[in-house]
Amino acid sequence: MVDNRSSRRGFLQGTVALTALLAGGCSSSKEQPKTAFEDSVATFFQDNYQVMTKDEIKEVLARVERRVKREYGVDIKCENTPPVADVAFGYALNLSKCKGTRRCVEACVSENNCGRNHSLENIRVLAMPHGTMDLNKSDHYYDHEQVPNSNDWYLPIQCHQCDEPACVQACPVEATWKEKDGIVVIDYDWCIGCRYCSVACPYWARHFNWSKPNLQPDEINPKTHYLGNRPREAGVMEKCTFCIQKTRKGELPACQEACPTGARVFGNLLDPQSEIRYILENKNVFRLKEEQGTQPNFWYFYDV
Amino acid sequence: MSKEKNSTKNHNKVEFILASLIHCFKGGWLYWGWMLSLIAIVVYGAMAYGQQARYGLSVTGLSDQITWGLYIGNFTFFVGVAAAAVILVIPAYLLHRNQMRRVTILGESLAVAAVIVAMLFVTADLGQPLRFWHALPLLGKLNFPTSILAWDIVVLALYLLVNLIILWYLLYNKFCHKSPVVKRYFPVIVVAIILGLSIHTVTAFMLSGNPSRPFWHTAILAPRFIASAFAAGAALMIILFQILHITSKFRLSKGLIREIALIMVFAQFFSLFLLGAEIYTAFYHNTAHDVSAHLLFTSNIGHDNLTLSIYLAIAAGLSAFSILMVRRFRENVSLLNIASILIFFAVWSEKGLGLVIPGFVPTPLGEMAQYTPSTIEIKVAIAIWAVGAIIFTLLAKVAIAIEFGGLRLKRPVENTDTEI
Ligand code: SF4
Ligand code: SF4
Repeated sequence: MVDNRSSRRGFLQGTVALTALLAGGCSSSKEQPKTAFEDSVATFFQDNYQVMTKDEIKEVLARVERRVKREYGVDIKCENTPPVADVAFGYALNLSKCKGTRRCVEACVSENNCGRNHSLENIRVLAMPHGTMDLNKSDHYYDHEQVPNSNDWYLPIQCHQCDEPACVQACPVEATWKEKDGIVVIDYDWCIGCRYCSVACPYWARHFNWSKPNLQPDEINPKTHYLGNRPREAGVMEKCTFCIQKTRKGELPACQEACPTGARVFGNLLDPQSEIRYILENKNVFRLKEEQGTQPNFWYFYDV
Repeated sequence: MSKEKNSTKNHNKVEFILASLIHCFKGGWLYWGWMLSLIAIVVYGAMAYGQQARYGLSVTGLSDQITWGLYIGNFTFFVGVAAAAVILVIPAYLLHRNQMRRVTILGESLAVAAVIVAMLFVTADLGQPLRFWHALPLLGKLNFPTSILAWDIVVLALYLLVNLIILWYLLYNKFCHKSPVVKRYFPVIVVAIILGLSIHTVTAFMLSGNPSRPFWHTAILAPRFIASAFAAGAALMIILFQILHITSKFRLSKGLIREIALIMVFAQFFSLFLLGAEIYTAFYHNTAHDVSAHLLFTSNIGHDNLTLSIYLAIAAGLSAFSILMVRRFRENVSLLNIASILIFFAVWSEKGLGLVIPGFVPTPLGEMAQYTPSTIEIKVAIAIWAVGAIIFTLLAKVAIAIEFGGLRLKRPVENTDTEI
């Protein structure tokens, strides 16, 4: 394994150096600003995030910042805050309180630099007719004059950050994996865009950038994470990351902050004092499609 | 001494490659007309692909709801053709060793062309095709053995390699005035057969291994794939062999056609039987598991074309089977041709879009969705078919020239070992 790794690295670095030379940059001194071409060549030969060294990651983060500056004229900060020890994230959602306002969806889109096209919403809120749990009867595009509509109840669905994620199993190139704090992430620079993960996911939680995301400079959230909300390119997969850029710093995810009814409870499953632990221990919680066997970390419950 | 021998061998190899290449440029107006039209189609399709590369897959009819379509539908179909091409010639081969070796070569050529077509279809479907190297061993990070797609990449690549080796061995030896040694290449053919079964099984597992997609999540998907691949592969070979019989020095024997037709009957029988079993399971009760099948057969989602094509496919499959069942009909060339075309069409629509699309409707969140391939998608798909046709034409042309046309090494061979 070690040999493979180093020979691959050697090959890659050789190619990068060669291409940089061919591109006209005679031995690039560190101070010189990188051109867009040099950057895209370097991104092309970039390794999988999981096996990068610290130095490589540093370079990669700087490259992401430069790319966003070039493409949108915006200065962003791209970090790679690691998982915090003794933290495993979980989410619980109170269906009695959810009124279908879709505030979480809006907040998610702007927090996470999602393209402003309909399909790129990482939370779906389904309007379900009273008296059924059959998702095939749901309405994804409800446009009620007033929510809640008296005939419906509402079911918000996003990535459940499964413990046995079908998506991770499916990916042919290990572009997606589960982090130590339970968040399932994607390396957007490694994803080949085959969409097999989205075929495998039972919660329809993965969304593809069919074109370059439709994102205006003034809409960009400059606080980003490499595995989270940094602006994506065309042809790669994305998903909910429990707002990795916020939650790893102890903040709440944007969807919970935005929820006007207090239906959402996010927290650390390993902390016995946390609200989510209280809910799991005292409410009659359930998980959606548990029979799919992916072990979600997302629970639903009713107040009464 | 051995150095000299080596250099002669290398020299022969160069001459083999050169002679084959030169032969590709020799042909009448029919040949050139055919090749140039194919090239024109490829160029036209490449331009369409240029649009896709520039603007992303948004130029296709695909969406998050129906995320695979025409490309992957064709992929599954061509994996079947590739698998069948090799497996099919084997029974024929075992029965009549000597006459049938020639057919083996054509089967191998078809397999090579079909695998390449299948690979091109997957590549066309990628959002980041330039990153394909992420799936290469050592360089990339292939998720093997966990991901079934990774398995598919591995077995397809091996299958291509093994078939190229067999083709090379058979043709190169013949070219050097030696007859190939059965004992040497038959084991490799056995490997090719096993891989042939694997590529198609793995491709079926890629779909059936998704519990979240009940339409595919059935254990008989792999057997169904194999049965329909045998039927469609046989159909394609019957048609191709006849075309080659007319347009080249290749001579087709009645016995061979009969044998392939017989295989087609059995394959078609199993294919229809398994389809029937699926339909029974889907319709005897009305559970959530069967919604996709109900939608497919009743067109409740507005996929009228898909519903229509599924019914046409079943009708075509049944009529072809009725023709093939009767020996007198089966041995009538025109009827056999009609049956072959019907089966080819039936399998293509039943296993292409007819299998891939319903798997996505409803989505795991119960959304009904629509998909129509865009013009760009259709152009790219046709161009990939054309690439396949070009590859098969060239391989078959060289193979036939060596087997039947006496394309040989010019110099007499003395120093080479003659263990025939
Ligand atoms: S919900 Fe889907 S995308 Fe999220 S971890 Fe589970 S399988 Fe993966
Ligand atoms: S789309 Fe990307 S993340 Fe998903 S399976 Fe393919 S390579 Fe992996």
